[in-house]
Amino acid sequence: MIVELGHFALVLALCLSLVQAIVPMLGYRTGRTDLMGMAMPAASGQFVFLALAFAALGWAFLQNDFSVAYVAANSNTELPWYYRLAAIWGAHEGSLLLWVTMLAGWSLAVAAFSRSLPTDVAACVLAVMGMVSVGFLLFTLGTSNPFERLFPAAAEGRDLNPLLQDPGLIIHPPLLYMGYVGFAVAFAFAITALITGRVDSAWTRWTRPWTTAAWAFLTIGITLGSWWAYNELGWGGWWFWDPVENASFMPWLVGTALIHSLAVTEKRGIFQSWTVLLAISAFALSLLGTFLVRSGVLVSVHAFATDPARGIYILLFFAIVVGGSLLLYAARAPKLARGDTPVKALSREGLLLLNNLFLVVSAAAVLLGTLYPLVADALGLGRISVGPPYFNTVFVPLTVPLVILCGFGGAMAWKRTRWQVLRDRLWLPALAATVAGVGLSWVTLGTGGVVATAGCMVGFWAIATAMEELWYRRRTSWSRGVLGMTMAHAGVGVMVIGITLVTAFGLDRDASLAVGESKTMAGYQFTFEGTEEQSGPNYVAQVGHVAISDGDGNAIATVHPEKRRYPTRGNVMTESGVHSNLFRDLYVSLGEPLQQGGWSLRLFYRPFVLWIWLGGLLMMLGGILATTDPRYRRLRQRERQRADSHAVAAGA
Amino acid sequence: MRLSFVLPALVVVVLIGLLGYGLTRNPSELPSALLDQPAPAFSVARLEAPDQLITQEAFAGRVAVFNVWASWCVACRAEHALIEELAERGEVAVYGLNYKDDRTTAMQWLDRYGDPFVASAFDPRGQVGIDYGVAAVPETFIIDAEGIIRFKQVGPVDRETLEQRLLPLVAQLKEEAA
Repeated sequence: MIVELGHFALVLALCLSLVQAIVPMLGYRTGRTDLMGMAMPAASGQFVFLALAFAALGWAFLQNDFSVAYVAANSNTELPWYYRLAAIWGAHEGSLLLWVTMLAGWSLAVAAFSRSLPTDVAACVLAVMGMVSVGFLLFTLGTSNPFERLFPAAAEGRDLNPLLQDPGLIIHPPLLYMGYVGFAVAFAFAITALITGRVDSAWTRWTRPWTTAAWAFLTIGITLGSWWAYNELGWGGWWFWDPVENASFMPWLVGTALIHSLAVTEKRGIFQSWTVLLAISAFALSLLGTFLVRSGVLVSVHAFATDPARGIYILLFFAIVVGGSLLLYAARAPKLARGDTPVKALSREGLLLLNNLFLVVSAAAVLLGTLYPLVADALGLGRISVGPPYFNTVFVPLTVPLVILCGFGGAMAWKRTRWQVLRDRLWLPALAATVAGVGLSWVTLGTGGVVATAGCMVGFWAIATAMEELWYRRRTSWSRGVLGMTMAHAGVGVMVIGITLVTAFGLDRDASLAVGESKTMAGYQFTFEGTEEQSGPNYVAQVGHVAISDGDGNAIATVHPEKRRYPTRGNVMTESGVHSNLFRDLYVSLGEPLQQGGWSLRLFYRPFVLWIWLGGLLMMLGGILATTDPRYRRLRQRERQRADSHAVAAGA
Repeated sequence: MRLSFVLPALVVVVLIGLLGYGLTRNPSELPSALLDQPAPAFSVARLEAPDQLITQEAFAGRVAVFNVWASWCVACRAEHALIEELAERGEVAVYGLNYKDDRTTAMQWLDRYGDPFVASAFDPRGQVGIDYGVAAVPETFIIDAEGIIRFKQVGPVDRETLEQRLLPLVAQLKEEAA
């Protein structure tokens, strides 16, 4: 019964999303404020019904209702309750439900904060979000209904994919989706700008916090995904240039470009049509990501749930949404106000123009690499896959200048900067970055190299300039915007150092060890002390004991890599044993059992790998700080007062 | 209308065309470096009879299907009925490669779901699998009478693949051999 209610709530949500998509737009065309006013109640109602549907599916999972096909396919009575809840988004149908629920959540948030928006703008924004929602709800109900019943009911569920039974899964997809879906807000604002023909600094001030918030979610979602893959896949890698990873990375790159270009549009009133195009592209790439993940066009380690029939629907939807928006863009963008002030090379807008160039070219390179197998196939060049070598070759030369540019961000003023100012402010950070870059790997790892030193210098440059910015502004109080920017830029530096050192000095060894034998790597001694069998709630595990000691024989830690067999699906999963600190990870995963209790082991030494995720965390925190800058609220209040006084004047 | 404003729409049209084309293709048909190469040699114990060896010579002189499977592989269970059907038709000898598996579990699996194989090679550590470039179980190879690999399917065989690819190719290879 509850399940049918959930299904019904989903249908009602579709009806309300139709109202939200059509009525306010009609109101905008005819100038009737009563119709425009329908947007907000429709958005709230849609969210309520979607939340109900989501709760109903959660209830079915908690109750082990295996008469629901989706529950039977992705859960099991043995599964702990928290994984049963996380299993809601463990496969295709539930992921989509999460997607639309979040979209409705963002719509509700826009509706709640929209009182400061002019009525026609709020109506348009919510109508566009309603249209996106209609598309996804039709997709859910038509091809991927999570409430479909199974007759006869299954006696036992087939269990959640063991790869996904990890704390990382509980939070990684929701955060990632929050980011993907959040770009729908920026998209809706962009379409509204094209419809109303207004891209002024008020428009950018409304758009900026929403975009930064979505970006912060996407940042932490990707960071957690990388951390999850590192811990769960047992390969010691943190990024694989897998199509699904790329699918989340492309909107991130374009979203980053959008954040910076919005700043220019707000402060200098230029780049309007470019900003609008970026906002459309960020969301288009989110949709493309959904298509790539869900259609099975590209083979990926993430291919949990792929179905070509669904692919056709998403492709159509993509064509309508993105094709339609870009046609609108082609027709309307030339009319948007265009600042014809020339951009000086030594100015913040010049710097940000370069930043946008590098970010967009990077995104295009990733897109090309991701789709290249398809292109090659279409041109009859045979089936090939583009591996990490392509991405590393193309991506590194694009990223290094970007990080160097980001160090100039604080010191560069709008309109025009004298180079003497840059020299006076930046010589010290440059010196500090050089010293720290040369010193870091020698001091902490006792080794170094040209590439590693260069990478560390670039990373420290981003950190040092961020600190200089705070020092420079020490007499004025730091706004959250400035704090957020410096924190995010320092995060970039921290991440670059982590990537450089783990790539330069990371080591892998395969070892076949009998009980009591040991292997030395990077000055650490790994001693295999045997395995024992342990049973978890829904699996049986071989738990290894590997003692790690340093060169002098002092014990550091004992790690416990596991090999888990999940009988319901018959899968075998690797859980790596990791000893982590700020300077290095020691990582062991179990390979295959050998004779007499011996095992083949994979040993990894991963210096500074933690810094990669710390950098991502800093970037996200920076994004949150910038989003919550009271500046936006104050401006909103001022605009509302102005709008009210207009209304009074019009009324009188 | 300036070209620079129309360009994004044009790019997307090309992209949509490309993706639409991609939907018509089956990504599990990967090229194999082994295609049209002699089947790699191996010599391992038979699954059913640990004291007997099986080698690639078993395929010699006739068309054979070599199916990589494992008891832990859910997709293998999905394709198993079709592999049995293929064997029952009697047109081709079906051999198995039991990949990274446990002998007892594998035998129980065959008891439970049926054993379509003339014989299965037992490859608990996946060494034969490496030589055959096994990336994802199940995989299915067709080897002609000269011992040359002529087809490789990654992922489970479905009805369409069986009827439209495997059976016609087997018939054609048998003709070539005759």
